[in-house]
Amino acid sequence: MSVSVRIPTILRTYTGGAAEVTAEPGDEATLADLLEALETSYPGIRGRVLDDGGALRRFVNVYVGDEDVRFSEGLATPTPPGSSVSVIPAVAGG
Amino acid sequence: MTLLSSDSVTSFGPAVALACRECGTRTELGPHYACLECFGPLEVVYDVPRVTREQIAAGPQSLWRYKDFLPVPADVASQPGLRPGWTKLVKADNLARELGIRSLWVKDDSGNPTHSFKDRVVAVALSAARQLGFTTIGCASTGNLANAVAAAAARAGLRSVVFVPSDLEAGKTVTTAVYGGTLVAVEGSYDDVNRLCSEVAADQPWGFVNINLRPYYAEGSKTVGFEVAEQLGWHLPEQVVAPVASGSLLTKVDKAFKELGAAGLVEATPYKVFGAQATGCSPVSQAYRDGTDVVRPVRPKTIAKSLAIGNPADGPYALDVVRRTGGAIADVSDEEVVEGIRLLARTEGIFAETAGGVTVAVTRKLLAAGLLDPDAETVILNTGDGLKTLDAVAPVVGPSATIPPSYDAFQKAGLA
Repeated sequence: MSVSVRIPTILRTYTGGAAEVTAEPGDEATLADLLEALETSYPGIRGRVLDDGGALRRFVNVYVGDEDVRFSEGLATPTPPGSSVSVIPAVAGG
Repeated sequence: MTLLSSDSVTSFGPAVALACRECGTRTELGPHYACLECFGPLEVVYDVPRVTREQIAAGPQSLWRYKDFLPVPADVASQPGLRPGWTKLVKADNLARELGIRSLWVKDDSGNPTHSFKDRVVAVALSAARQLGFTTIGCASTGNLANAVAAAAARAGLRSVVFVPSDLEAGKTVTTAVYGGTLVAVEGSYDDVNRLCSEVAADQPWGFVNINLRPYYAEGSKTVGFEVAEQLGWHLPEQVVAPVASGSLLTKVDKAFKELGAAGLVEATPYKVFGAQATGCSPVSQAYRDGTDVVRPVRPKTIAKSLAIGNPADGPYALDVVRRTGGAIADVSDEEVVEGIRLLARTEGIFAETAGGVTVAVTRKLLAAGLLDPDAETVILNTGDGLKTLDAVAPVVGPSATIPPSYDAFQKAGLA
């Protein structure tokens, strides 16, 4: 089984307009591995999500399932087959 | 996605572009909110306006008197709207005495059409929605924004779809639903609502005021700062205390003060900006205490639901403003929030919602800690009306006595 990834509007230029894509980073994969797999299929996309130091940019939120990865293990968060990942820009208050 | 019309530049008044707050990359005016390069939030940039105090004073008694500082067309006041703003700046001598501070003012935004400062941001977002051709407006909200969007859409003849956490205060649910738009209660926290709305906004042709209209929306908060300066007789206060939810309001008050100085409307005197959070949701206060600029998300648990944003988008910028101006950020317990509400009500006759209670209680705490100067002119912001959050104080206030309807009973109860 693959991992599904929801792509925000501003990254859809990398995915040919697709709002959702899939990747197969492997059974023991982490979010870092997933981003590497995405980079292979959609060159340039990882550099939009990570900063120059390789950390998640501070205005992007990434969820594995319903969990913000900042509450779990960040880039080391497991992304097992069948999981769904969402990449979402930060939003103003309400 | 809706495209700009050919006269789009003039329809956004003095605004010339959007620019990323992180990396400075410029984007044309449109329904964009995150930088294509780095996801940083986009902000409206302007040509510095040439406007006099007299021209502003001759304008409408609403936020549109500051249209030359907002991304709105020159004729914005002629469009159907709720015309928020120009709320009271109350000289709070009784509260000042109680707190031991020399000169204190309360900017009371409960006087807006739907009783919170959110009417300001929505007014500007609604104008942008019109310019961009949206016929449905929406938002993710902790309640006040939902009120403001639903009411403004009703008045403007637009459809509204607003999303709120399902455990919202009854007062905020009723005062949103009554306007007849679509109100979606989401079984989750505000941060969950935010996430859902981001995904909806990406695929529906709707103007979400705090998502794809965010750069315009956020500018509405500047008008709080403009009004404070004008109502003080065109000068900047030395200290301001603002509640922090996403952190946007605090940063925009700072932006307002800077813009007034740059336009020559006030002398650019130094000022300090202070932030207020509830301990049950205090990621920005914690980052301030820890001396870091990384705001770690938290899971909120506080009665101050309008401040219950666990992952505040503008948190890092609020920290920047506070540190640059020499202010501070503190947080208070829910018990202190209730005491803050009661203190403001008892001393000044102003019934604040929980966020206002947070701000009053933090002001007291900052004074006790020696972080606020008791001799400096200080303005605290009350952003909403206590009638929306009655539940917070209902358990601790009530009648002084309950008596039969006879004068004898009145005397016996010792009430004379």
